[in-house]
Amino acid sequence: MIDISHLSLTQQGNSILSDISTQIPTGRITAILGPNGAGKSSLLKCLTGATKNYTGNIRYDGRDLRSYKLADLAKKRAVLSQHLNVGFPFSVSEIVLMGRNPFSKTGSDREDAHIVDQVLALVDARHLKNRLFPSLSGGEQQRVQLARILAQLWQQTGACLFLDEPTSALDLKHQFAVLSLIQKLSFDQSFTIICVLHDLNMAKIFCDHAILLKGGGLHAVGEAKQIINPETINDVYQVSMAEVSDGSSGQKHLIYQLPIARRSIS
Amino acid sequence: MTPLNPSVAVANDKTQKRFVLILSAGLCLSLIIAATIGAVSIPVADLVVWSLSDLQENVLSNIRAPRLVLAALVGAALSISGAALQGLFRNALADPGLIGVSSGAHLSVALVIVFAGSIGGILGLYALSLAAFLGSLLACFVIFQFARMSGTLSVTFMLLTGVAINALAMAGVGFLSFISNDQQLRAISLWSMGSVGGALWPSVLVCGSVVVPAVIFLLRNASAMNILLLGEEEAQYLGVDSNRVKRNVIICTALCVGASVALTGLIGFVGLVVPHLVRLVIGPDHRWLIPASALLGGILLTIADTIARTLVAPTEMPVGILTSLIGGPFFLWLLMRQFTGRFGL
Repeated sequence: MIDISHLSLTQQGNSILSDISTQIPTGRITAILGPNGAGKSSLLKCLTGATKNYTGNIRYDGRDLRSYKLADLAKKRAVLSQHLNVGFPFSVSEIVLMGRNPFSKTGSDREDAHIVDQVLALVDARHLKNRLFPSLSGGEQQRVQLARILAQLWQQTGACLFLDEPTSALDLKHQFAVLSLIQKLSFDQSFTIICVLHDLNMAKIFCDHAILLKGGGLHAVGEAKQIINPETINDVYQVSMAEVSDGSSGQKHLIYQLPIARRSIS
Repeated sequence: MTPLNPSVAVANDKTQKRFVLILSAGLCLSLIIAATIGAVSIPVADLVVWSLSDLQENVLSNIRAPRLVLAALVGAALSISGAALQGLFRNALADPGLIGVSSGAHLSVALVIVFAGSIGGILGLYALSLAAFLGSLLACFVIFQFARMSGTLSVTFMLLTGVAINALAMAGVGFLSFISNDQQLRAISLWSMGSVGGALWPSVLVCGSVVVPAVIFLLRNASAMNILLLGEEEAQYLGVDSNRVKRNVIICTALCVGASVALTGLIGFVGLVVPHLVRLVIGPDHRWLIPASALLGGILLTIADTIARTLVAPTEMPVGILTSLIGGPFFLWLLMRQFTGRFGL
C-alpha cells in the first residue's frame, strides 16, 4: 500500500503539486491521468523517491519513503522513465543486465544471463539481444528498457512498478502486448503498478484504479471504469467525448464528439 | 586485432578477455623491446639470459628501467582518467585536460619557476613535481566546490567550471611567461611539452602508489559507472548513489592526472585517444574498458617515449610533442567519422 498524505511540491517558486492525499491500492494497476503540465510526472517522481524536496508524507507499507536506503528501494520498486538516451553504444543484453545491479552481490552470471533471455522474450525483443542499443528504433528501445525494469524485479512478489508513458513509442500490437504483460504481473506476482497514460481508452481497459490530476491538484480518484467518463474528461481536458458500448464485450469506450459549431454568433 | 565498425561490433565476454590478454602480452613485449633500444644497446638475447656487462646493467637498472616503468604508469594513469571522465561526462570527447586539472598544475609550476627558481637542496629537486601535484588538486577542489554549490554535483556545471578554470589558469601562465626571463620562459615551455626523461626510482614509486590503487578503485566502481551512463535518475532507481560515484571518479582522476603531470609535465591526447581505441574493439563496458585502457595507454606511451629518445639522438624530443603529433590527426579523424554519422553514439 502506498499512502500519500498532504503531498505538495514547489519548484522555483511554482507550485507543481498541491495537497494531494490518496492511497494507491496494492496489487492493482493505477493510472495517473491529466493534461500536459498537470503534474503527472512530478507526482511519479515523488512516489519513486527521485524527488525528495516535497512536503507531506509518502509511505510504502507504513514506512516513510525517505527513510529507505537507495539499495533497498532498488529491490522493491523499479521505474521506467519517459526519455532515456544512453551515452555510449552498449549492447541490448548489457543494458538489460544493468537491471540486475541491485542483486549483483548475490546473483550468479549464469542466472543473470538466463534472466536477460527471459525478460527479453517477455517484451518480444529476444531477437534484438545482440544489437547495439542506439541502433534500435524508438519502440524497440522502449521495450528493451522495460525488459531492464523487469530484470530488476525478476521473481519478486509485491514489488512496485512505476511506468511513465510506457506505450508512448509503441505500435498498436505492442501497446496491447505491454499492457497485457503489466496486467499479468499484477495478477501473478501481485505487483503494484502505477503508470502515466495518455490513452484514456487503454486506461479504461487495463487499469483498475485512476488518479486524475488537474493543475497540480487531485481532480478525481477511484475505479478507472467509473471516473474515466465524459463529464470528468470534459472537466479536465476541455474536450467533449461520448461513451459508447462495445456490443460484444459490453466494454465502454470514449469517442470524440467533433466540435460542431455550438458557439452563438453574437 | 583491427578496430571493428562500432555500429555492428558487439563484444562478448570472450573478445573482452582475449583483448586484455593480448594487451598484457603487448605491454611486456614493448617494455622488453624498449629496454634494448638506446645509446647503449642491449641485445634482447643478452637481456633475457641476463648476461650483461657492468655498464649495460647500470644503464638498465638506473636509467632505462625507471624511465620505462614511469612511461607505462603515466600512460596508464592518463588513459584510465580519460576513460573515466568520458563516461562521467557522457561525452566521448572529454579528456583529463577538460576539468582544468592539468592547467591548474601548469599555473602552479609556472609560479614556482618564476618566483622560486632558486630553491636549493632536496626541496628544489622536487619543487616542480610538488607544485604541479598541488596545483592540480587545488583546481579539482575548486571545481568540486562550485559543483556542490549547484546542489546536485551537476556534471554540466563541473564541465563549465573546468572550462573557466582552464581559461583563468592559462591567462595566469601567459602573464607569468610575459614577465619571466628567457631561461624561465624556456623552463615553462619545456615543462608544458612533457617528458619522461630523468625518471628516478623514487618518483616511479610515488607514481605507482597513486596509479595502482586508482585503477583498483575505479574498477570497483566500474559497474556503477556503466549504470550512470543510463542517466543519473535511472542510476538512482537501480540503487546507485550517483553523487558518490561522481565524487570517487573525480578524486581518482585528479590524483592520477596530478601524479602524472607532476612527474612528466603535460602529455596530451593519450587520455583522449586510448579509451576510444579500446571502445572500438570491446565496447563501452567500464569493467573491461578501464583495465584495457590502462594497458594500451602504457604500451603507447612506452613506444612513444622510445621513439622520442631515439629519433633525434643524442638529444631527445619531448614525448608530449610526439603524442600530440599523432593524437591531433587521429582526433580529427574521429570528428570526421562523427560528422559522417558512422560513429556509434
